[in-house]
This record gives sequence, structure tokens and C-alpha cells, in this order.
Amino acid sequence: MINLSLLTPEIIVLITALIVLILDLLPWRGRKVLLATVGVLGTVGALLITMGQWDLREEAFYGMVAIDNFSVYFKALFLIICTLTILLSINYITRGGIDLGEYYSLVLLATFGYMFMASGTDLITIFLALEILSLAVYILAGFMRHSPKSNESAFKYFLLGAFSSAFLLYGIANIYGVVGNTNLKDIAQYLSQEAALKNPLFLAGMGLLLVGFGFKVAIVPFHMWTPDVYEGSPTTVTAFMAVGTKAASFAAFLRVFFYTLEPLKGQWVPVLWLLAAVTIIFGNTVAIYQKNIKRMLAYSAIAHAGYILVAMVAGNDLGSSSILYYLLVYSLMNLGAFGVVIIVEKKEEENLTISDYRGLAYKHPMLSAAMSLFLLSLAGIPPTGGFVGKFYIFSAAVSGGYVGLAIIGVLGSAIALYYYLRIIVYMYMYDPEKEFLDGPVPFFSAAALVITAIGTILLGITPARILELAHYSISYLGH
Amino acid sequence: MLDYIWLVPTFPLIGVTINGLLGKRLPKKLVGLVACGALGLSFLVSVIIFFTLLHLPPEQRYLEKVLYTWISSGAFRAEAGFQLDPLSAVMILVVSGVGFFIHIYSIGYMHGDKGYARYFAYLNLFAFFMLLLVLANNFLFLFVGWEGVGLCSYLLIGFWYERKSAADAGKKAFVVNRIGDFGFALGIMLIFSTFGTIDYSEVFQAAPEKFSPGALIITAITLLLFVGATGKSAQLPLYTWLPDAMEGPTPVSALIHAATMVTAGVYMVARCHVLYLLAPISLTVVATVGALTAIFSASIGLAQNDIKRILAYSTISQLGYMFLGCGVGAFSAGIFHLMTHAFFKALLFLGAGSVIHALAGEQDLRKMGGLRRNLPITFPTFLVATLAIAGLPGFSGFFSKDEILWEAFSSPHGHFIYWLIGIVTAGMTSFYMFRLVFLAFFGSSRIETDRTHHIHESPPSMTMPLIILALLSIIGGYAGVPHVLGGANRFHSFLSPVFSGHHGGGDVVDPSASTEIVIMTMSVLVAVGGFLLAHRMYIKRPEVPAILADKARWLYQLIFNKYYVDEIYDFLFVNSIKNGANRLWQLFDVRVVDGSVNGIANLAGQGSSLLSQLQSGYVKSYAASILIGAALIIGYYVLR
Repeated sequence: MINLSLLTPEIIVLITALIVLILDLLPWRGRKVLLATVGVLGTVGALLITMGQWDLREEAFYGMVAIDNFSVYFKALFLIICTLTILLSINYITRGGIDLGEYYSLVLLATFGYMFMASGTDLITIFLALEILSLAVYILAGFMRHSPKSNESAFKYFLLGAFSSAFLLYGIANIYGVVGNTNLKDIAQYLSQEAALKNPLFLAGMGLLLVGFGFKVAIVPFHMWTPDVYEGSPTTVTAFMAVGTKAASFAAFLRVFFYTLEPLKGQWVPVLWLLAAVTIIFGNTVAIYQKNIKRMLAYSAIAHAGYILVAMVAGNDLGSSSILYYLLVYSLMNLGAFGVVIIVEKKEEENLTISDYRGLAYKHPMLSAAMSLFLLSLAGIPPTGGFVGKFYIFSAAVSGGYVGLAIIGVLGSAIALYYYLRIIVYMYMYDPEKEFLDGPVPFFSAAALVITAIGTILLGITPARILELAHYSISYLGH
Repeated sequence: MLDYIWLVPTFPLIGVTINGLLGKRLPKKLVGLVACGALGLSFLVSVIIFFTLLHLPPEQRYLEKVLYTWISSGAFRAEAGFQLDPLSAVMILVVSGVGFFIHIYSIGYMHGDKGYARYFAYLNLFAFFMLLLVLANNFLFLFVGWEGVGLCSYLLIGFWYERKSAADAGKKAFVVNRIGDFGFALGIMLIFSTFGTIDYSEVFQAAPEKFSPGALIITAITLLLFVGATGKSAQLPLYTWLPDAMEGPTPVSALIHAATMVTAGVYMVARCHVLYLLAPISLTVVATVGALTAIFSASIGLAQNDIKRILAYSTISQLGYMFLGCGVGAFSAGIFHLMTHAFFKALLFLGAGSVIHALAGEQDLRKMGGLRRNLPITFPTFLVATLAIAGLPGFSGFFSKDEILWEAFSSPHGHFIYWLIGIVTAGMTSFYMFRLVFLAFFGSSRIETDRTHHIHESPPSMTMPLIILALLSIIGGYAGVPHVLGGANRFHSFLSPVFSGHHGGGDVVDPSASTEIVIMTMSVLVAVGGFLLAHRMYIKRPEVPAILADKARWLYQLIFNKYYVDEIYDFLFVNSIKNGANRLWQLFDVRVVDGSVNGIANLAGQGSSLLSQLQSGYVKSYAASILIGAALIIGYYVLR
């Protein structure tokens, strides 16, 4: 069965991307805001339809795509991310002189890819989705085409991305060679035989998948592209990929490893344990040294991938729900923090070092308060969502018997406190030396900040409801 | 309608959001309108809820509304939920009602202040937390409100933070309250470890089933909770912050440091009456601390010259009465006094604020006098409040104070000594309050000449609340006319579902009605005596006080200097802790903690710079990193 109607949200996003391209041809000066409006309307419409698919549990395209709660949860998350990114971009791309229609179109196309990352139930679907989103993001990374840094970042991302895609594809080929099929259900079926669990070719395939996903979610040692790419890309794109690409890759990563490769848990848990520990220590330690705020947030994003790995290792009920919970919190607080960076940034890379933030609180108290909120949440201080997320993850690790990993995680968070608080110190404890913005805070950016801030706080004080949703999303994976 | 209880704290929260975020940009009129409107709506809902409750049969006047599960971790569950019963209904009425009038008053009082929006945002935030405190259905939620009002109190005491004394007073309030809150938090933890829950209804149901009266653990819990109450409600020995808290704007003193927040301790004890009744020792402690605080701070009030400080000591003393009431098991009498006190003490503070406003900031009684002609509205309303607090028959304070005194005398938990302390305090109260009235409003003017031209009655936004509160100070008492005077004590019977089964005071027509009449007459005589003495000393022969002060020089000095308690605390605790902390800091912090932290930080910093060098910027080394990682993983799987 093809069941095309089940893919309505995806199709809406795709058509919106095309409409934006066409509308850009209009010879009308005010069209840029119109493009953004159309983009937001499309994503919000898709979001509403996606939410209506909760508890539907259907399949489409002959079992290549699943509309289950897991994919609905993630698709809703991606659409929220897409909307917020568009809101943050409107003013930024005008300031940066890159207000071309393709920009929104590419963001929407990447989102289209994200959505299939979450719903793909065949390794081929997942690979295709990964390529769709990657191609769009490669271009976005180099969108500031007069900036050498942006070009460098796009090119590095493209080279290394292609390199890592090869690993993923090689892994898929290995698994296909053993199983004779790429459908996740069939692979799971194959793994139900005792003998299959020891097949070295299959295990090598699994290892290669790990490398491929590890690159996209940026875990050590596959992370090295992150700081350079995050620094060079337009900041709105950095925010979009730090949050969207990571969450989308985790979606596919989770579906493959938690559902299909679940019988091989004994094999991948030790590897993930080590990767989590290294990622947390490395990401947090190197972040201390960074002077550029985008690089710092890049290393912070690496460390956060490490925390999510901790929950994957724990693997129990709370652990798996907390991954979904954490990805939501992570998206909101990171988009918020990047949002402030986007607002404060000026042309020619100005205002991007951490010391540029000195005295921000005296000129823009609300902006600084919001930034502090996001940073405290990233550091995991109550009453923010970041605290609750970390609390769930580490308590899942402890109850799963991985006390050592939980200790590493908590120590890593303690180190992280230093580099997050340093920005707050600069904002509040130094006198301002300059004007930060050329005008008032742009309306749409402010709106995005308000939404992320409210979300970050709400997740901190009423976590139970979302955790329940996350639980229903992940515990019935594949059922 | 009762289901809409959540609206009550929500309105002030909306007010905080609007004024906190946009206040600076909004016109002043709108800021005031939003803040007052928010509390006015709360008050309206509270009134509707109160009457809805009245229409229900007494045993149905209870509602628990859980909004959502707030924290759930292992065996520990905390809900964000509200509990509505007659006790919380009375409390929300007092908080939102008195709060509403004080908000309106503030529009006039804070008119010229540059922190206008900030002030109203804080005030609304306070109302939000206070309503949360009295509506919580579990101890943790109560604690959230408890800490929240503490925070707002701190922010508002230090509202004029440019003034060092205000900033210091804020800090003092914060530190002293931390001591109390420490005990309070311990009490809550002990409740959880004892009962496995922090839900009011579950705890109060399990307590009498699991424990017999006098159980050690219940005594420990109640005493720890009471430590929190002594901090928040300024009782011995933690009362010292309240007089200093008068550094805040006067409406704040009226709302937070007289009518509502400081009574949170009394509310908490009444709420936990089930536990306190199981712990006779704790009851005795509560009553004794209450009685001693009452007389102690009333005596300090006798010799102060700052109009607000006298009222502050008077508040501490009246809070002592409320605890005395609770301590002798007359919880509804304590709450009754809480309510009437909220009316007349808020009125006294607002009246004092009006006087200070008229005199451009003058607070010293020695530089006032003869104001009754200049302030035609402030004076009579202030007089009404004074008559109420002095306990003259017909005014609200008479009924509530008298119920407490009668219970102190007659209750099974009471004692003759409590009554004696109470009645002496009543005499002192009457004396110092009339002294204040005579010095401020009567006699000849001692006002400094440069201030005389400024004297004027306050604007209507300030005088209207005075008039309304004056009315409440009179009629508020008629909710609880005792049986012996032919009343029905409706206040008590309204609260009886909460305190049911326990001696709440005044429920039975005492056989010894004649004794009650005698007791009552004595308090009236004492009140009149205080008035006459003050009249003689400050109106008829104004030279007497100076002679007296000279004759009993040491006593006067002792009282005038507030028994040197602040100095003693400074010597015993503040300085010694400072010194000890300093030494500890040098020994432990600098060497051990800083040493190790700096060591780790250096290590992390060095590691950071070392690891950063891996980031060469060359794509080939990045690809190599991926390749090495992949090789290790594949090698692990294949070669194992």
C-alpha cells in the first residue's frame, strides 16, 4: 500500500518549499516577508496535521515509512524547529545580504528530509532522507557566499559528510549482504535467530552504521567538523543544524538501534558507553578554551550528544523516554541561545567572541535575562527544562546500573557550568563599552525567543506531561 | 465555581508578567490599573468562592484541585494542587481583599517613584506567592509560596536599594529568615520520611492513626515547623528583622509586614493543627513563645519614637497573640485575630504612610503633633484603628483579642499565666498606641518649619482605602461575637469543619459565663487604663515622660535600645560567625577548596588547550579521526 494521504505533512512541506521558490520570482519588493510568512504557514499547517496523526500507527509505501507515535513526536519537533528558524532568519538574512528565496526553500527541504529520518523504516529510506537533508544543509552552510569562512565551512561539511555517508552506505550494504533485505522489520526478523547474533559481517555493518550516525549527531571522534562548520555557517543555519540535524539523526539512530538492533544490545552498549564518556569529557573540556561563542556552542552541542548517549546506554524505560524529552528541551534552549547570538551578531563577524558580551545586561536587560535562562538550562540548573532532562537521564543511568557513566556525566556538567556562566558573568559583571544593536530587537526574533523561553521554563516546571508523551512515543516503537 | 479556584493566584501572575516585561514602556496609569485590576479580579473571585462555600452544607466545604503532577521521582510525588476549605477561603479573602486596597493606596503613595512598574510587579508577585501559600494542598507547594513571599519581602524591603540602610535591612531579613526556613525545610523532610507523603490530607489523616499524643517524632516535626514560623512571623528569637524591614515603602509594610506575609506562620500552625494537637510540648512552646513575644515587643514599643517602628513592634506583639491563641488550642481564635489584625494594622500602616506622605518623609514622632486638623480623613481612620487594636468594646480587635485571652485562661491547654501576660500586654498596647495618636495628632505642632507648608491630606486613591479599612476594622469583629454577648460566633462556626473535633474556642457556651464576663471586663478596663495613662502623660502633663525617663534612666535606656538584642546578636552570632567563617575561609577555602578547584580548573584548562590543538582545521586530519574511530569500532566487532 502506498497510502499517500498519510504523508500529507511531508507533502505540504515540500509544496511550500516549491511555492516559496516560485513566489520569489515575483517582482515585488515586499516579497521577502511574504516568503517567510508562507514558510511559517506551511510548517504550522503541517504541524497541525502531524499532531492529528497521534496514535494512528499506520504504514505507507509498502512498509518503507511508518506513521507511529515515534515519528509523530519527532516530526512535530522538526516542524517547530523549522518555524522558529524561519522566525529567527527573517531579519538576519536581510542584514547579512543573503535574503534570497532559496534560503527558506532549502530550510523547508531540509525539514522534509528530517521528517523522513524519523519515519523511515527501511535503511534505504533513511539513507535517502539523510542525503536530502544533507544536500540542503551543505548549501545553507555556504549561503554567505562572499564570506570565505562560510565557503570553507560548506566545503568541509560536504567533503566529510560525503565521507561519512560512505560509511553508512557500506554498513547498509553489509547488512543487506547478510539479511538480503534493507527493511528494518525484516532485519529484526533475521535477528530473532540465535545464530545471527554472532555474524561478524553483520556486526561490522552495525559498526559502520554507528560511524555514519555518529558523524551526523557529532560524537567524538566523528565530531571534528562541528566547530569549523558551526563557526563558518550563517548563525541561523548553525542553529538550525545544531538542533534539527542532530535531532533528526538521533531519530533514525534510535529507530535503528533501539528497535531493529535491540537484540544486539550487548554488542553496542559497551561501545556507546565509551563514546558517551569520551564525548562528554572531550566536548566539555574543549569548550572551556573557546573564545568564539559559536564554537563554544558547537562543543556544547557535542557534549549534549554525549548526554543523550548516556540515556541510550541506560536503555530502560525512563532512559528511552528521557532521550525524546531531552531532544525537545535541547532544541528549545539551543535555539534560544543561538537566537540571542543571532540578534546580537553584526555584519563582518562582529560581536561573536564571548568578551563581546560584556555589559549586555545594562543595555538589553531582557535579552540578557533570556540568554541567562537558556545558558542556565544548558548547564542544567533548576527550574529549567535542562535540569529536568539531565535529572531524568542521569537517574535512568543510575537505575540502569551505569553509575560510572552517570558520574562522568555529572562531572562533565560541572565543567560545563564554567563556560556557560562565563557568558553570564560577562553580561552582568562588566560595564558595557559599546552599543550592541543598531535598532530595537527585531520583532520576529523576539517572538522566537519568547516561545523558546516559555518552553524552556514550562518544561522545567511541568515535565510530567511531556515525559508521558515521550514515553508513549518510544515504548511502542515498531508495534 | 469552586473549580475556578486556580484563577485566584493566576490574575496576579498575569499582572506580574505584563508589568514585569512591559512595565517600563507602559504609561503609569496603565501599570497601576493592571496591578490593581489583577488583584481586584482575584478578590472578586475569592468573594464569589466564599459565598459559594457558604451555600454548601458545612461538611461539603472542601475541594482539592490537582493541576498537574509536579515532581514524580521514585516514592516521592509532589503535586501542584490547591486545597480549598473554610480556612484557605478566609485567607484568600484577607490576602486579596486587604491586598487590593493596599494596591490602590500604592498608586497614590508611589506616584513619583521612578521604580513604579518594578514596585507593582513585585507587589503582584508577592500576592501570587502568598495566594499560592494559603491555597497549597501539600507541604512542598506551601514551601514554594513560603520562599516566594520571602523573596518578594526581600526585594521590597530593599526596594530603594540605593539607600544602604534599605539594602542592609533586606539582607538582614533574608538571612534571619534562612535560619527559620532551614528548620522549616527539615520539618518537611521529616514529614516525608515519617509519612511517605507530603500531601496535607494524607498526612493529617495518617497522623492520628499512626501516632498517639506526645509521640516524639510529631513533636520534632511540629517544633521544626515552628522554627520556620518564628522566622517568617517574627517571633522570639528571630524577630529582629521585622523592625528593620520598615525601610521598605510603607504600603509594603502594611501588606507584607503586617497584614499578610508575617501571618503565614500562624496560618501554617493552624493548618497543621492536627499535628500540633498530637504534640502537647509543641503547643506549650508555641503558646509560651507567643506570649513572651507579645509582652516583650509591646514593652519595646512603649519607648520608640519612629512611627513605623512602633507599629512594627506592635505587629510582632500582635503576632504573639495569634500564636498564643494557637498554642492554647484555640486555632480559630488565632485566625480570627489574624483577620481583624490584617484590617486594623494595615489601616494603621497606611495611616502612618499618609502622615509620612504629608510631612514629606518625616517619621519621628517628636517632630509631629497637632496633625488632626490638617489630616481630616487620616486622623479619624487612624483613631478607629487605634481603638480596634487597643481592644475597646465594639471594635474588631476587642472581639478577637478577647477570644484569645479568654481561651488562654479557660482552655485545657491554657494557663492563668498566659492570660496574665496577655492582659498586661493589652494594657501596654493601649498605652503605646494612644501615646502615638496623642504625639502625632494632638498637642502643639513640633513640625520643622521647612515642612509645614507641605502638609496636606493625601489624594483620594490613598484616603479611600483608609475609609474602607476603617469600616472593616469596626465591622470585622462582628463576624465573631462570642456567645456570652449573645452573638453566634459565625466566624468560628464557619471554620469549624477545618478544626472539627478539636477545641476551636467558643463553640460551647461555657457554664462559667460569668467568669467570661469578668475576664472581658478586665480587658476593657486595662484598655481604658492604657488610654487614660497615655492621656495623662502626653496631653495633660507633657513634662511627665521626660521626668520619668530621667528617673528610671537605665530602664528607659534598656527599652529604648530594644534590650540591646541586636547588639547581643551581633556580638554572639554575627561577629563570631564572621570571624569563624573568615578563619575557616583562610584555612579551608583558600587552601583546600580553592586549591583543589584551581588545580582542577588548571588541569581542565590545560587539557582544553591541549585538546584544542587537535582541531587543526585540515579536512584530512578530520577524516583521519573518523577513520581511526571507525577502524577501532569495526576492529572491536570483527577481531574479538
